[in-house]
Amino acid sequence: MKVQVIAEQCQGHNRCALSAPELFEIDDLGYASAKGDGVVPPGLEAKARLAAANCPEQAVVVEE
Amino acid sequence: MSTVEQVTDVATDYDIFDPGYVVEPYPVWAALRQRCPVAHTDRWGGSWLPTRYDDVVAFARDVEHFSSESVTVTPAIEGVPGIPADIKAPPITSDPPEHHWARRLILPVFAPQAVARYEPYTRELCASLAAEIAARGAGDGAAQYAQYIPVRVISKMLGVDESMADDFTGWIRGALEFGLTDPKAQEAAFLSIFNFLTAEIATRQAAIAAGTAGDDIISYLLQQTVDGEPVLVDHVLGTCVLILVAGIDTTWSSIGSAIWHLATHPEDRRRLVADPSLVPVAVEELLRAYSPVTMARLATSDVEFAGCPISKGDRILMSFPAANRDPEQFEDPDTVIIDREVNRHVAFGVGIHRCAGSNLARMELRIAVEEWLKAIPECALAEDDETTWAGGQVRGPRHLPIVITGGAAK
Ligand code: HEM
Ligand code: SF4
Repeated sequence: MKVQVIAEQCQGHNRCALSAPELFEIDDLGYASAKGDGVVPPGLEAKARLAAANCPEQAVVVEE
Repeated sequence: MSTVEQVTDVATDYDIFDPGYVVEPYPVWAALRQRCPVAHTDRWGGSWLPTRYDDVVAFARDVEHFSSESVTVTPAIEGVPGIPADIKAPPITSDPPEHHWARRLILPVFAPQAVARYEPYTRELCASLAAEIAARGAGDGAAQYAQYIPVRVISKMLGVDESMADDFTGWIRGALEFGLTDPKAQEAAFLSIFNFLTAEIATRQAAIAAGTAGDDIISYLLQQTVDGEPVLVDHVLGTCVLILVAGIDTTWSSIGSAIWHLATHPEDRRRLVADPSLVPVAVEELLRAYSPVTMARLATSDVEFAGCPISKGDRILMSFPAANRDPEQFEDPDTVIIDREVNRHVAFGVGIHRCAGSNLARMELRIAVEEWLKAIPECALAEDDETTWAGGQVRGPRHLPIVITGGAAK
């Protein structure tokens, strides 16, 4: 599984990093990106889906 | 334009200042979503009111047809004597392309890492306020707790003396809570804020020139450039007015509603006391269920929306609070599920104007709840005294009498 943030859609709500701090990082302006290559370590799949479900901009994409 | 005239049909004649609606808006939204999801009224200068999640989000995202030129829920006063007419409140009153750089300017001071700096101060403040109430055995969760917190945190960020906090509180209430139905009160409030910040800016400019600039937001903004040019002082002034007006009663309303919930829902309260690690998720649910802020837009042209003929210049009230109770988006929306995980709420708006202060507000709310629960694990509403609510642009309790109850209470 992989997560990705669509940069043009992200408005910096920070819900992804709050839902799954292991998977997302926030830059100095408050915008998010996937940590590393975005590959979701085993066991964190549910958190990845939660991050996508909670992003008000629907900017988090989960590739199953 | 009178609040005493009875509302007979909310679909064509809703009144956002109706005392019953302010206290209990939920049944009105539920009825409107079914019957007339974009309602209209002629009251208070006239407006449209979407109540479905998807519609509110669509209005917020369509910045081409719906401008932020005026974002108050009633028409703003037409200029205040003594304040230059070109002073706006960027970025909240900006449309693209100005919005982009006006927002970019303030984002660094409100990023999660930046606001974390103020966490120890916020915690100390909340702990000492809660300890005072605990020691007295009773207190006002709104006027003696919630209302004290954001104003002091913002004062600290702006580098303004804490003794100004009570003046700020009065001005902010004059600007939005009383001001939207009382133009005189609003004029006086804005003039006080303007004069105060003008003097603060002059002091900071002198310090910057002398090489002794502080690390507060005002000094920071004065030293920024856009496309190589220094930011205009009037722009800095407008942004500081916005930070004051947008950052204080919004957050205290939200903290107040959270305390009201804790006082009236013992099971939720005890669950959070037993497991404080649930607080961050609970905070999102409280933000959803008791969203304080409604924002407006003005239509830039005649446009049809969901079958409604919206005319150029019409005001649209984006009820984020109503969106957050839409059953199409949230299961069992009128129940607070304190550990609700899936929660795409829009309490902080959505799209390009997403609340720039959301990381700060969330931090304050989390700490205010944590420290309250530590000092006051058992409490209830005072029996012979009544909670009062303010509504309109910002909804939350203004008077919230609470008594501390015995730990063993069932
Ligand atoms: C619980 C507390 C708060 C709530 C519910 C809230 C809500 C909102 C909402 C709904 C918007 C969107 C406005 C629009 O679409 O027109 C907004 C914008 C804004 N808020 Fe907040 N707010 C809160 C606290 C704060 C704080 C603490 C600050 C800063 C000190 C702040 C500063 C701002 C600013 C600067 C904007 C304008 C952003 C832009 O237009 O790009 N807010 N807020
Ligand atoms: S929740 Fe969505 S909008 Fe918010 S920071 Fe994450 S990706 Fe960006």
